[in-house]
Amino acid sequence: MIIQTTNGASPMTQTATFVGMPAFPIAAKSALANSQLRSNIRNATHTIRAKRARVAAELDDWDQLREAAADIKDDVLANFVRYLEQTEASLTAAGASVHWARDAAEANQIVVDIARSHQVKEVVKVKSMATQEIEMNSALEAAGIAAWETDLAELIVQLGHDLPSHILVPAIHRNRSEVRQIFIREMGKVGMPADADLGDEPAELAGAARRHLREKFLRAKVAVSGANFLVAETGTLVVVESEGNGRMCLTLPEVLISVVGIEKVVPTWTDLEVFLQLLPRSATGERMNPYTSTWTGVTPGDGPQEVHVVLIDNGRTKVLADEVGRQALRCIRCSACINVCPVYERTGGHAYGSVYPGPIGAILTPMLRGVGIDEQTDSMPFASSLCGACYEVCPVMINIPEVLVHLREKVVDSHRGGLPSTLQAAMSGASLIMGRGSRMSLMQTFTGLGGRLFQRRGVIGPMPAPLNRWTNARDLPAPPRESFRKWWARTDGGRKNSGSPASTSRNGTDQS
Amino acid sequence: MKVALFVTCLNDTMFPSTGQATLRLLNRLGVDVEFPTAQTCCGQMHVNSGYVREAIPIVRTFVEAFEGYDAVVAPSGSCVASVREQHKIVAARSGDSGLVKAVERLSPHVYELSEFLIDVLGKEDVGAYFPHRVTMHPTCHSTRLLGVGDRPERLLRAVRGITMVDLPAADECCGFGGTFSLKNPDVSVAMGADKARHVRESGAEVLVAGDNSCLMHIGGLLTRERAGIRVMHLAEILAAQEVVGA
Repeated sequence: MIIQTTNGASPMTQTATFVGMPAFPIAAKSALANSQLRSNIRNATHTIRAKRARVAAELDDWDQLREAAADIKDDVLANFVRYLEQTEASLTAAGASVHWARDAAEANQIVVDIARSHQVKEVVKVKSMATQEIEMNSALEAAGIAAWETDLAELIVQLGHDLPSHILVPAIHRNRSEVRQIFIREMGKVGMPADADLGDEPAELAGAARRHLREKFLRAKVAVSGANFLVAETGTLVVVESEGNGRMCLTLPEVLISVVGIEKVVPTWTDLEVFLQLLPRSATGERMNPYTSTWTGVTPGDGPQEVHVVLIDNGRTKVLADEVGRQALRCIRCSACINVCPVYERTGGHAYGSVYPGPIGAILTPMLRGVGIDEQTDSMPFASSLCGACYEVCPVMINIPEVLVHLREKVVDSHRGGLPSTLQAAMSGASLIMGRGSRMSLMQTFTGLGGRLFQRRGVIGPMPAPLNRWTNARDLPAPPRESFRKWWARTDGGRKNSGSPASTSRNGTDQS
Repeated sequence: MKVALFVTCLNDTMFPSTGQATLRLLNRLGVDVEFPTAQTCCGQMHVNSGYVREAIPIVRTFVEAFEGYDAVVAPSGSCVASVREQHKIVAARSGDSGLVKAVERLSPHVYELSEFLIDVLGKEDVGAYFPHRVTMHPTCHSTRLLGVGDRPERLLRAVRGITMVDLPAADECCGFGGTFSLKNPDVSVAMGADKARHVRESGAEVLVAGDNSCLMHIGGLLTRERAGIRVMHLAEILAAQEVVGA
């Protein structure tokens, strides 16, 4: 869909939004049925997973690096005000203008005002999660300013009127034949068209993107970026990337606006060294990323002559106030947790209803938004089997399962007081039963009876709700007539009349 | 050494044969095991579902049942991980400093079966006989939370007659995840279906694990498919012996 601006300036694509997405279990159900998506994500995550494991294993001090990175970030968080003031002073001294934004609306207004002050109708963008988080493209569109994504994957998402489904590889849910179709269909509507006979070889697709984007790079007066790191001691911003499009945006335009989350601060260049080892290996499985750009304020006659840095809170101080959850602010957006997550591998990113999907999204998004407000956000901390694979690979040692469980408690507590749900009632009942061994024994009389009533070939097959949540696809072993504790009581732990419990076969299969 | 069996609520109610096998095995190795009947559950289901408050009486019951034992053995990596990692959180939430101290005293003495056999008893060959083709699902909580490493595998490799075969993608989660299996049944089954496929591809006749919760999920998928592969708890294989004259 194309929106023509009222004054007939450059055409724009309409940006999609996560607002109004259903809760995770429902969104996941349809994602699971999308065989193309399943295949694309499975292939991509397994490839990148293997690459990460290989290059991480090359460093014998990998675990020390992880600990150092966690310590550096924790130090920043513990002394946040001091480091932020130092950062502002360094930036200002280097000739950058510093803006503070409490939330997305303030940040977007600052960017719109700067763009308007230069009378531009378009900006070029470096891939950035912060601008995705604040939905800056939509805000700029509303102000009549087109925001062109220049990262290849972000371009695919934007041209497809689609949503990002991964932090690092936002178009991971698309394969190359889908990309080819999007390029042929959409590129001409907003700029240099793709050749009608475009093939789906990666080099051809990259060539089409290059031709399409070069026109925008050469024309743009204003660029917007994020930053991977912001070095407090010098006020230096750092962007790491693979394609070089970022370097173009950071050097060609006259004005550069960087939207940066306040947690991106690292104290010194020495600290930065730790992260520049961890990030590329964790993210793309490379020893070093192809492009590392750093810039410090304004250098006369070289690069953008007007540099703005918008430092955004947008919920981060709320996360900081959570003693268990604040470790999520260490996140360097590498996506290693996403790539190893067995849940993400099967649902893809859209099901999470957030620009931050996967394990990190399941903890970060509910904390940034707040829990107990909407069902979708409240479903996110439950979108995990707590297998712990994410914690194992996290380069800054965020104990994601710990935070997930902590947030589940917050979600549950936020819904206490009203009429209890089925699960609430079940949990209270189970708590009562599990409080005493004698009550458990009584309960087992009923489960044993149920087992005898409903078993077929030793298992319980399809059952009505709510048991169907288990039995739709899985058999349930029939509970035995005699529980362990009843057997123990009857036989004195096997010392007298040491018969086996009435039914010890499991899952309906014969024991040898 | 005063040793107690923590059979776990799931084994107690659904899989008594696992509790009996643990008992048989430990008795054979000369360990006298008591079963404190006041025991119930570790409380993990409540904690992992967000009901920490409801877990307080359960943790209290656990401490009361097992206080004073030199060692508590449980045939479940997941439940032992919960005791070690979560009981302190629950105790802290109760505001009862007595409970906090009791948990601190007790938790280090609670062992998963393979830990107890290898670290406490120093036994790797437990004298078992099991002439079958077996593959092992290592379980996430045993490996990532508890860190049992290759202990279960070492015990299994010492079993006479056994043929161990590799499970493809063994370290991937089976998708059980406690109440995750009910709150997100579709994702849970999608994960379990892949695990069940890998089990079939392994060519094994038996799938073994140190947790009946994972096995209940994978086994439920295998029997629904009439896969002809049975699931067994580690304790049951380690307890198995040749029947002479049968």
